[in-house]
Amino acid sequence: MIVFDKPKALTDAPLHYCPGCTHGIIHRLVAEAIDELKIDGKTIGVAPVGCSVMAYDYFTCDMVEAAHGRAPAVATGLKRAMPDNIVFTYQGDGDLASIGMAETVHAATRNENITGIFVTHAIYGMTGGQMAPTSLPGQVTQTSPYGRDVKTVGYPIKVCELLSALDAPYYIERVAVNNVKNVLAAKKAIKRAFENQVNGKGFSLIEVISSCPTNWGMTPVAALKWIDDNMIPYYPLGVYKDKDKEDK
Amino acid sequence: MTDKVLMKGNEAIAEAAIAAGCRHYFGYPITPQTEVAAYMSKRMPKIGGTFLQAESEISAINMVYGVAGAGFRVMTSSSSPGISLKQEGISYIAGADLPALIVNVQRGGPGLGGIQPSQSDYFQATKGGGHGDYHLLVLAPASVQEMADLTVKAFDLADKYRMPVMLLADGTMGQMMEPVSLPEPSEVKTEKPWAVTGTKGVRKHNIINSLYLNPEQLEKTNVERFEKYKLIEETETAYEEFMTDDAEVVVVAFGIAARVSKNAVRAAREKGIKAGLIRPITLWPFPKKPLLKAAEKAKAFISVELSMGQMIEDVELAIKCSRPVYLCNRSGGMIPTPEQVLSAIEKAKGEN
Amino acid sequence: MTEQILITGFGGQGVLFAGKFLAYNGLLSGKQVSWLPSYGPEMRGGTANCSVIISDEAVGSPIVSAPDILVCMNLPSLDKFENAAVKGAKIFIDSTLIERKAKREDVTAFYIPATRLATDAGTPALANMIITGKILKETGFGTDCIEQALKKVVSAKHPELYEKNLGAIKIGYNL
Repeated sequence: MIVFDKPKALTDAPLHYCPGCTHGIIHRLVAEAIDELKIDGKTIGVAPVGCSVMAYDYFTCDMVEAAHGRAPAVATGLKRAMPDNIVFTYQGDGDLASIGMAETVHAATRNENITGIFVTHAIYGMTGGQMAPTSLPGQVTQTSPYGRDVKTVGYPIKVCELLSALDAPYYIERVAVNNVKNVLAAKKAIKRAFENQVNGKGFSLIEVISSCPTNWGMTPVAALKWIDDNMIPYYPLGVYKDKDKEDK
Repeated sequence: MTDKVLMKGNEAIAEAAIAAGCRHYFGYPITPQTEVAAYMSKRMPKIGGTFLQAESEISAINMVYGVAGAGFRVMTSSSSPGISLKQEGISYIAGADLPALIVNVQRGGPGLGGIQPSQSDYFQATKGGGHGDYHLLVLAPASVQEMADLTVKAFDLADKYRMPVMLLADGTMGQMMEPVSLPEPSEVKTEKPWAVTGTKGVRKHNIINSLYLNPEQLEKTNVERFEKYKLIEETETAYEEFMTDDAEVVVVAFGIAARVSKNAVRAAREKGIKAGLIRPITLWPFPKKPLLKAAEKAKAFISVELSMGQMIEDVELAIKCSRPVYLCNRSGGMIPTPEQVLSAIEKAKGEN
Repeated sequence: MTEQILITGFGGQGVLFAGKFLAYNGLLSGKQVSWLPSYGPEMRGGTANCSVIISDEAVGSPIVSAPDILVCMNLPSLDKFENAAVKGAKIFIDSTLIERKAKREDVTAFYIPATRLATDAGTPALANMIITGKILKETGFGTDCIEQALKKVVSAKHPELYEKNLGAIKIGYNL
């Protein structure tokens, strides 16, 4: 009897992520949602530029690799051409909240019927640890060696808070994957975001607070704790927008 | 073909695209091409198509990338500054081997430049424009009829060769009205087994991608793509020759400059000067062979351009610098007059 | 035969519309035609002009720099384009708005109080078509196709404009 199996929506390709990185968990949660909703055959995923650039090798559904920040625009094209298919984006914080902010906000305000998975870990991973739009005040990175000085580079961007100020988007939630309880909540949120699309509800975005032990310079365990101590206090978890509830 | 109607070039592009089966248009307003977007915004909802005014040219080209990846005919249009913004996306479309139509109704530059007609995006269109080793197929219409006909041809070529095609027009071509017979609805259907339309659980996943971290693999795809380009150079080069048989002075011009030049060539013939015109219809591939052949008899060439002189380099290369090539140009939104071209012809005749 | 026509005036005077009518008129008469507007910010109240070419042969350059027929609906346009007209050109001048006469003696000038006539007729916006009527009379082109051409250029949503435009053309034609 198999008690633990790989989701069918994941390929057999070994993930290239660093030890202790939680991208793997988030990939799995996305794949589980695809499996459970039985939508693999009609799903198209859009991978970003950043650590998850090669996500196209990891999902068994059709995949598109987008230019940096443009995944929501690419997904818009895909969904408009094939409204009966399921289209999701998978983006990091530099991709979504820095270079791709315009695409993000406008896809949200059009209530494009797509599902966005937004992985926040307060740093640029792939290029080796530079300041991200989500880096915390005072956070030391390669390009903020004296700590993020909010007087000169501004404050982090709280994407869920920002997008939930728009009238259009259907569902916005922030979750984390740093402990079992949070992972279970994240799974539920991600599945919900896909269900919303299946039901034609519109734009759903799940921000997933992830860890980056390599670039934070910590052990994987310390990185998970750093999320609790530093990330979640600044980026509170929870549902920021739920049109289901608003409409009632 | 339908009865002739008077139509603006920009509108002819839009209607021809619809006839060619394009049902997805993404754009952003910019003078002097906005009529394309306006026309599409009226027509697309009535035929079950997509018109979307994107938040930027960057988004528009990436929406095009998405639809092209799904295997549908798709286009965007803009004018020079907007085309600069699209270059990243165009490079990705080329790198992922996707068919798409990009229309550039050029205006004067650089920078914000002006809004009057120009041909100063020649280098950008024919030499790459974005980063990396790639070409666009570049078509240069010289009448409203060609705005329509070459739009249809562009979609067919894009599908045939799985590559982005650019229609390189200018403000006059976009804004002028001429009688046009609109093409009958027709779409050359191309099998697109590579498209991302969902695996339906029956095939391995398709991936639309331009990333090759392995340099040997990236080199291989580039080499293969250039083999395709070679085939295109051999088979798809298009041009018009006008009175070149015995021409001693050969004018080379495309688009609006060719229209002006034709008047000048006629005037020169009336004065007894053996002048001729070669009008490239494809700017890439550039019609090198007819130019080289013309160089056997011609004593001089004149490149007539609405730029500071860009195509002139390709003219010199095509004839292997075997004859003098003079530049007759205006820039910044100005257009050479037939008189200006005529005096360039007379001068070239006198000096050679 | 190639007629190069340049129609000039202020934005809002129907310069482009008159040109479009003449182009359609040429097309329906079996000629080759082109119509090219000036475009850009000057269309909003500044000077506007359009080039129309009607020819037996394929039209080369669509830009009219030396008109055979010049229409001037304001003084700045007459000042700017009078010298560009070819020798023997016909210049049509709205004499309600332009007080001076043509300076050149090698052209034929027609002075039409078009704006006043249009106002008297209750269609003050149609001075352009009164001048157009006069052009048709003086040049004789496309007189069989006037009604057909007008139907092509008047919006189907505003059929009442057809009669008004036709009326204005007749006023000019019968001057």
